[in-house]
Formats: sequence, C-alpha cells, structure tokens
Amino acid sequence: MSQPVLSVRDLVVEFSAREGVLTAVNGVSFDVHAGEVLGLVGESGSGKSVTGLAVLGLIDAPGRIASGAILLNGEDLTKKSEAELRRLRGRNIAMIFQDPMTTLNPVLRVDTQMIEAIRAHEKVSERAARDRARDALAKVGIPSPEERLVSYPHQFSGGMRQRVAIAIALLHRPAVLVADEPTTALDVTIQAQILSEVQQLAAESGTALVWITHDLSVVAGLADRVAVMYAGRIVEEGHVADVLERPAHPYTNGLIGSVPSRNKRGEPLAQIPGMTPSLASLPPGCAFAPRCPRADAVCKNPPGVTHAGDARAFRCFHPLIPVEAAA
Amino acid sequence: MLVYVIRRLGQAALVLAVMATLVFIAVYAVGDPVAILASPQADQQELEAITQRLGLDRPLYEQYGLFVWNALHGDLGRSFVYNEPALTLILNRLPATLELALTALVIAVFIGIPLGLYAGLKPQSLGGHSIMAGSILGFSLPNFWQGLMLVLLFSVMLGWFPAGGRGTTRELLGVPVSFLTLDGLSHLILPALNLALYKMALVIRLTRAGTREVMLQDYIRFARAKGLSQSRVIGVHVLKNILIPVVTVLGLELGSMIAFAVVTETVFAYPGIGKLLIDSIGRLDRPVIVAYLMLTVVMFVIINLIVDLIYAAIDPRVRLEEAKA
Repeated sequence: MSQPVLSVRDLVVEFSAREGVLTAVNGVSFDVHAGEVLGLVGESGSGKSVTGLAVLGLIDAPGRIASGAILLNGEDLTKKSEAELRRLRGRNIAMIFQDPMTTLNPVLRVDTQMIEAIRAHEKVSERAARDRARDALAKVGIPSPEERLVSYPHQFSGGMRQRVAIAIALLHRPAVLVADEPTTALDVTIQAQILSEVQQLAAESGTALVWITHDLSVVAGLADRVAVMYAGRIVEEGHVADVLERPAHPYTNGLIGSVPSRNKRGEPLAQIPGMTPSLASLPPGCAFAPRCPRADAVCKNPPGVTHAGDARAFRCFHPLIPVEAAA
Repeated sequence: MLVYVIRRLGQAALVLAVMATLVFIAVYAVGDPVAILASPQADQQELEAITQRLGLDRPLYEQYGLFVWNALHGDLGRSFVYNEPALTLILNRLPATLELALTALVIAVFIGIPLGLYAGLKPQSLGGHSIMAGSILGFSLPNFWQGLMLVLLFSVMLGWFPAGGRGTTRELLGVPVSFLTLDGLSHLILPALNLALYKMALVIRLTRAGTREVMLQDYIRFARAKGLSQSRVIGVHVLKNILIPVVTVLGLELGSMIAFAVVTETVFAYPGIGKLLIDSIGRLDRPVIVAYLMLTVVMFVIINLIVDLIYAAIDPRVRLEEAKA
C-alpha cells in the first residue's frame, strides 16, 4: 500500500488538572490513506475529539501533546512552530465540528468568513475569492449561493450551516479532513444528505477523512476502516465490515449490541453496564475490565496489541474471535 | 424602524414632563431663592421687589402654568442669578463638558479594551493579574480622591500638566474647543483621565469577561482551524463579539459622564455644566436646575437611541428582531 497521508504514532495528550495530570489520549496510533475514510468511534470522554484537535495542533493549555508523532505526508506536525501549523491548517488539514449552530461566527457574514479562509492561504483578490466562495457554496448544495453569501449564520438552518462549514473546510482541497461528529446535531434526513455529500466531495478531491462519531450506523455506511476508542486508547481496529460482523473486543461487541435496531421488540434494550471511567481514576490494566463480562485476573495487566491478519488489531486478553486467526 | 423611533420619542416626552414637574415642585419646596439672592442688608421692600420681579409672589400653580406655557414655546425661563436665559447659560457651558466626556470615553475605550483583551487572553499571567488588580482600584477608589492624587502627582510634583481650569480654546464649526491647542489639551488631559478611570476599569472587566467566554466558543476554534492568523482571530472574530456588551454599557455611561461630571469638574475647577449645576443648586436657581435636568433627559434619550443603532450595526441578529417587530 502507498504511504499514508496522515499517520499518527503513539500519540499521548495530557491535561494538567487539579487532580493531577490526566491522560486523555494514551498511545493512539492510526494511518489514513488518500481518499480513505477512517471512522473513530467511542463514547463521550473516550478521547476521540481530543485526538482530532491534536491532529490540527489545536490543543490549548492546560492540555498538551506529551509525546508521539503526527505525520502529515511524512512531516511531523508536533515538531512544527505555531506559524508553520497555521499555514497548514485549513489548507492541508481541515476540521469541522459537531454543532453547526456554533461553528460559524454569529456576527460575521458568510462571505466574510469564507473569503478570509481563502485569503489566509492564497494571495487572491477579494473578487476572485468571492467567486470561489460562491462556487463552493453551490457545490455543497446551497440554493441561490450568490444571495446566501451576504447572509448571516442565524439566517441558515442547522443543516445549511453545516454545509457552509463543510464548504469552508474543503475550500483548499485539504489532504485530510477531520470531522468531529458533524451530523450528530442534525435531523436524520439531513444527516444522510450531508454524509453522502461529504463522502462524494472527499472522494472527488482525494481528501482523507477522519470521521469521529459515537454512532456505529454512520460508520457502517461511510467508513472504510474503523478504530474504536475507549478511555484514551484504541481498543480495536480493522475494516468496517470485519469489525462490525466479528468484533474481537468485548467493548466493541457491547457497542454493536447497544444499537436499538439490533434489539428485539418488547425486550429491554441491551446496554453496557456501568459508565465510562473518569480519567482521574482509571483502573490498572485494561480500562474496560470493570464493565467487561469476560474480565478475569489477567485483565489487571495492561493488554498489548494483538494483530490478527488483514489490518486487524485489538487490545484484549479474551477476544471474541478465535486467537488462532492471529498470525 | 420609524415606529420604533416614534415610540421611543413618545416615552421620552412623558419622562420629560413628569421629571420637569417633580423637579419644579421639589425646588419650590426646598426654600426661597430670594433669601439667598438678596444682600443680607436688604430690607423688606427690596425683598418684595425681587420676589415680584422673579414672579415668585404668585401661587405655585400659576408659576407652574406659566413655566409649562413658556416651555412649550421653547423658553425654559431666565436664571435668577445671571438673569440670562437658562438654556443659553447651559448651552454655553455644554461644549466644555462634551469635550471632557468624549475625551474620557476615548481614553477609556482605547486603553480599556486592549488591557481587557490581554487580561482575557492571558488570565493567569502576571500582566493579567496586575490589570485586574488595577481595575479594582479604578472601581473602588473615590473619584474625587483619584482627581486629587492626579493633581498632586502630575501638577504639583511633576509639574507636567496644569491643575485646573480650561485652556485656550479655538473655534471649530462655531463651537469653542480646547483640544486643538496645546494649552487646551494640557488642561484637558488630567480631568479627562480622572473621569475615564472608572469607565476604564469597567471596560477592562467587561472586555476580559467577554474575551474569556468568546475564546471558548466553537467558532473561534473553527476560525483557527481555517488557518487564520492570531491577529485576525482576535481582532475580528473575538473583538466583534465582545463589543456588543461594551457598547451598551458605554452608551449608558457616556450619558452619566456628561450629565454628572460634577465631581471631576469641581476638583479641576473645569468650567462645564456640572459645575454650573452644583452652583445653581446651591443658589436655588430653579430655571437652570429644571432646564439642566430636562436637557439631561433629552441627552440620555438621544444617546440610547444611538446605542441601539450601533448595536444593530454590530449584531446582525438585532436587525432581524426589529424587522419582525
């Protein structure tokens, strides 16, 4: 396979808090290739959003990237200065956020926010930038883009705002787009439209997508590969169909079981007992052990990564798939 | 929009009428200005002559009726003390105070906003803490004492600026202003600074609170994710959002700075309307007091109207609500 566009290696992100240093992301590694979609799945607090922010170098104090490398086309972003990062952000690597109601500045017109994004990276005239902004809006399916350019964000619906945000993120055809739950706050119908549009636009421009979500059904329809995060670690990784059909990690299995449509009518919905552990009081060894039906004494030790064939990996002593497959 | 303005003006007229009536009666009740105006040696006949000349011998309802009738014809009466129309007296002094208040406003904004931004962006730094500590002093130290200390430091000890009075003025569009001459400017700086200190503290705190809140918003993160420079993020995205509360508060404060610059004008013997008001109250000069307060009401209404307009200009969501109304 060719060299990945984005390669995250043993990323550790720490936050200093009153309780001490909290490790929000603990040794996360993943690769994304051009045109590929990686689904990053996990519950709230699993560190998936922090991972996304870290990739753009947007971790603010009291947080910091403690160790690891983030390679964008082979260049390590963690070693770059703020000015160098600024030049890469938006141009080579872009991000869209969860709540479209709050990602656009309420007091600036849409054209201002789009033109500044273009002119932050390219020396073009106001006029040319404006034309490009209009075309970008048309491309994400916004009707009468010329008129919409002079609108303010509050004059758009949630779905339209997210389209504007996506248009802005894709203005420079970035190599990587990190999407942090961009459809979670939207209606299901709008969600489906946005998903298919992003997929299409990313494929057109060869943009690699890192799609952060807690929704397995989104991942099932969109992603090529999936990485499941729990308490700051990737606990399972592999091709989407493979992982969803034959989950190795009990946590992944629990997540799949929790999707309502998989449950039988009339029976109580399946759920994973307990809650995501607080980062301040992670159990030693496997962080999922206290909630895990298969846990035993071995799980008091930190599980290593087991590789099981075709890009499949997991961190578990008691996987649900036969270990013989691991070769 | 027009309906909105008319409604506002209607409310203002009502406030004006009620206020004028209350002040008119209150000043009448406080005491007899004749006793203050006449020389101590004056005999009964002279006192009566003065009373009659000022129209104070008539019953209150007649005096009030006459006042209302004249006011409706644009005549707010003549000062008992200066024997000049009260309005002329005030308007002659108004430019000095306007100049003082506007200079103070400019100082408060152009020093307060940058300091507040800095304190908001670096709340844990030494500079941030120092600015906040300084702003508490600006709030809590009495205005007159700050004025006295300014005089002591800059006039008496350093000798940089004069201690009081208004400097040479020059006509600008028919209005005498002092900021165009060096002498006038040096007379203006200390009183303006004195008047600005409290507002500056207010602006610092508002700006800092706003900055800290806005910096956590998603749209700031998104702006940074677009690759915008720090100066663009702060100068446009942050600043435009925090200006909304700052403009609101400053509008209200500008009115009070103009109307009640009394303390500063007294400390610096600055010939503005504040000093005129204090003198007039001391002499029970009813026409001047009533006219002054009526003018103050008008001024507040105008300033609030302007603030609303600025507000609509910087916050697009306001425009929409007006359109619906």
